[in-house]
Amino acid sequence: MSEFQIHEYDVLVIGAGGAGLSAAIKASASDVSVGLICKSLLGKAHTVMAEGGVAAAMANVDERDGWKVHFADTMRGGQYLNNPRMAELHAKEAPDRVRELEAWGALFDRTKEGKILQRNFGGHRYPRLAHVGDRTGLEMIRTLQDHGIHQGIKFHMEVTVFRLIKEGDRVVGAFAYDREKGRFSLHKAKAVIMATGGYGRAFKVTSNSWEYTGDGHTLAYDAGAELIDMEFIQFHPTGMVWPPSVRGILVTEGVRGEGGVLKNSDGKRFMFDDIPDNYVNQTADNEDEGWRYTQGDRDARRPPELLTRDHVARCIVNQIKAGKGSPHGGVFLDIAWIKEHIPGAEAHIQKKLPSMYHQFKELAGIDITKEPMEVGPTTHYAMGGIHVDGDTQMSTVPGLFAAGECAAGLHGANRLGGNSLSDLLVFGSRAGEYAAQHAKGVDQVTISDDVIEGLKKEALAPLERFDESPGDAQGPYQIQYELQDFMQALVGIVRVEDEMQEALGKIGALQEKVKSVSACGNREYNPGWHTALDLHNLLTVAEAATRAGIVRKESRGAHFREDFPDKSEEFSKVNIIVNKEADGSMNVRQVPTKPKTDEQIAIIEENA
Amino acid sequence: MAETQFKIWRGDKDGGEYKNYTTDVTEGMVVLDAVHQIQAESANDLAVRWNCKAGKCGSCSAEVNGRPRLMCMTRMSDLPPGEEVTIEPMQTFPVEKDLVTDVSWNYRVKEKIPKLAPRPADNEDGSWKIDTVDTDRVQEFRKCIECYLCQDVCHVLREHDLHDEFIGPRFLVYTAGLEMQPIDIETRTKQLKEEYGIGYCNITKCCTTVCPESIKITDNAIIPLKERVADDFYDPLKKLMRIFKK
Repeated sequence: MSEFQIHEYDVLVIGAGGAGLSAAIKASASDVSVGLICKSLLGKAHTVMAEGGVAAAMANVDERDGWKVHFADTMRGGQYLNNPRMAELHAKEAPDRVRELEAWGALFDRTKEGKILQRNFGGHRYPRLAHVGDRTGLEMIRTLQDHGIHQGIKFHMEVTVFRLIKEGDRVVGAFAYDREKGRFSLHKAKAVIMATGGYGRAFKVTSNSWEYTGDGHTLAYDAGAELIDMEFIQFHPTGMVWPPSVRGILVTEGVRGEGGVLKNSDGKRFMFDDIPDNYVNQTADNEDEGWRYTQGDRDARRPPELLTRDHVARCIVNQIKAGKGSPHGGVFLDIAWIKEHIPGAEAHIQKKLPSMYHQFKELAGIDITKEPMEVGPTTHYAMGGIHVDGDTQMSTVPGLFAAGECAAGLHGANRLGGNSLSDLLVFGSRAGEYAAQHAKGVDQVTISDDVIEGLKKEALAPLERFDESPGDAQGPYQIQYELQDFMQALVGIVRVEDEMQEALGKIGALQEKVKSVSACGNREYNPGWHTALDLHNLLTVAEAATRAGIVRKESRGAHFREDFPDKSEEFSKVNIIVNKEADGSMNVRQVPTKPKTDEQIAIIEENA
Repeated sequence: MAETQFKIWRGDKDGGEYKNYTTDVTEGMVVLDAVHQIQAESANDLAVRWNCKAGKCGSCSAEVNGRPRLMCMTRMSDLPPGEEVTIEPMQTFPVEKDLVTDVSWNYRVKEKIPKLAPRPADNEDGSWKIDTVDTDRVQEFRKCIECYLCQDVCHVLREHDLHDEFIGPRFLVYTAGLEMQPIDIETRTKQLKEEYGIGYCNITKCCTTVCPESIKITDNAIIPLKERVADDFYDPLKKLMRIFKK
């Protein structure tokens, strides 16, 4: 058997997006040794793609804003299934985290007074998103990266964690392989922080990269941690739909924040036709008011294009189903029209939305300053994830923490745009702080060679199966495509019991197939082998999302069921949890939502 | 469009060869799509580095028909129709496998550049007053997605292999971003002159040409840095003052 490297850390962070980097920086500030493992090169994680901005109630543009309004907006957006403690901490701490980024070199767009400029976004009552044009995520990850490399953190790039290692009920390390050579490594740690992002790759149309295969969700689940809210998957209303090869690539909500409007094939702004009851008071009832809102008129209410993502996505689907879609199966998103109001609109659009301009120009041959874009929903974000304590971010397994998209609680049934970037900063930092604290109170353990040998054997199995019988090869890509196809069709934006049951059957069949999946080639930078190993993760999160979706017999937030199209009182009071039973089966159960304090209830009522 | 021939370099640091593949190219496809299709159909173990597929992460750099490009932003329809497409790894960095190169040198270079040293905050909440005119100039440099295509094309690195003496256009842009950062008070001109090898750049602007973010690397980053170095070290008055200080 081949050798493997051993590393020892107080705190091990898995993932190098915004959450992982924040966690590693905060942990290293507490005088503990920190290792960070990332699946890609540093600075390439999914945070880099975030466009619109980071939500923080700094009140730089509108002094009426404050943490209480942000808290109430987040709870309303999440349809009150959020962990209220997390929503409160997030709203209170986000401004400090944004200012911290500035101290580390981030350069946000400015107000005339030289403060950080904030923009409007869906579901946020006041202009709240600090931003850098439409490349806020790049600014954030680069700032964290450039600061983080000077903090004594040990980075392991292009390394994938295969399994967490436990002793008793504690997580004590991780077993991993590197992409370059397929070398194995053991990372012993007193505390492990999951910051691995989501699992959009379980679906066919997604804005997510290859990395997003639910690794952290599954590693934690296999280690005994609970997952919560897995039925809630955000389909972003505006992804590119044409040409086919770019289908799913994100079109920032910032386009609508800057005045972009959605139209059907009749040229009608259909969003005015369907405004949910709990947003009627906050939504413009005519086009002029909506326009004035996007231009900073404080007395105007938001246009319906800036309603929450779950709702906008469903309205778009309804237009397409009614035959009023665009030629390639989307609807029209028009920002060019603002030339009716703004002189020099073309330059203005290029300044405010440079990467959207570039993206459509390069990939679709469309000039968004002159013609409308075609857009449709794309799988974007997992609200559900590892069940964590709101203050410390520790999971239900001692020593295992989680932050960012792979953790759950802040967003409830639907995430507001901009709240993910602030989530990364606030809870990444908290996870780092509390994991370091936890590490100081426990000892490093010895991990037996038998455990390692077993894991090596398991990881190498797909390559060995191919060598033994290349003729029976069950290719990894075909299984992945099959899963993506039926998850998109059966557990997508509009769901129904029979279809989800059908998906469950298909997932079960693929889980059997995966036992014989094989990969050709050797261990060196072999994407086929890596895909084969990721399949277990994808299937686990797909199963969890489907099972939780079946149990929630109502429509709420991102979870829309055709057979139960309304909200139910019964399900308004519960979160759904999945965990792995001793026999390996997936257990699903309902738990009461976390109670709100009297103060929180009062804040929600004041800001209705 | 239809069947297209591809010639892709396969191998590792010990050597390799071009292999021929054929795949169907459909409307709107980019080079990275074709590579993925080949990978799924006939070369499961073909190594290619990529992430966002939207020109935002800078992972899929390679040389397409001899030109350094992001594979995800190179549309097949922009290449000569009916002709074979050649794809090779970046030449300036050691090959790991197939189209994947070892770019770790870049990460080591960045670590040695002194990080931002902010002046004390202007406001009680720890924030600064910064005007848009001051952010605009630096924001151009901060658009960099670290694809390293500029490093790949730079002859100082590519032909002369001066990796130990020259940090390359990417890190001159990075240094310019720090030097012109409105709240930074550190000076890095000494390093630019003595360690980073800014004098090696003879302004051929190849880096600017290949930048997928259209950063005017030479005009807006490198030349102003050269001027700062000249000001600090070759200005006769300042030189005199340095002598007196000694």
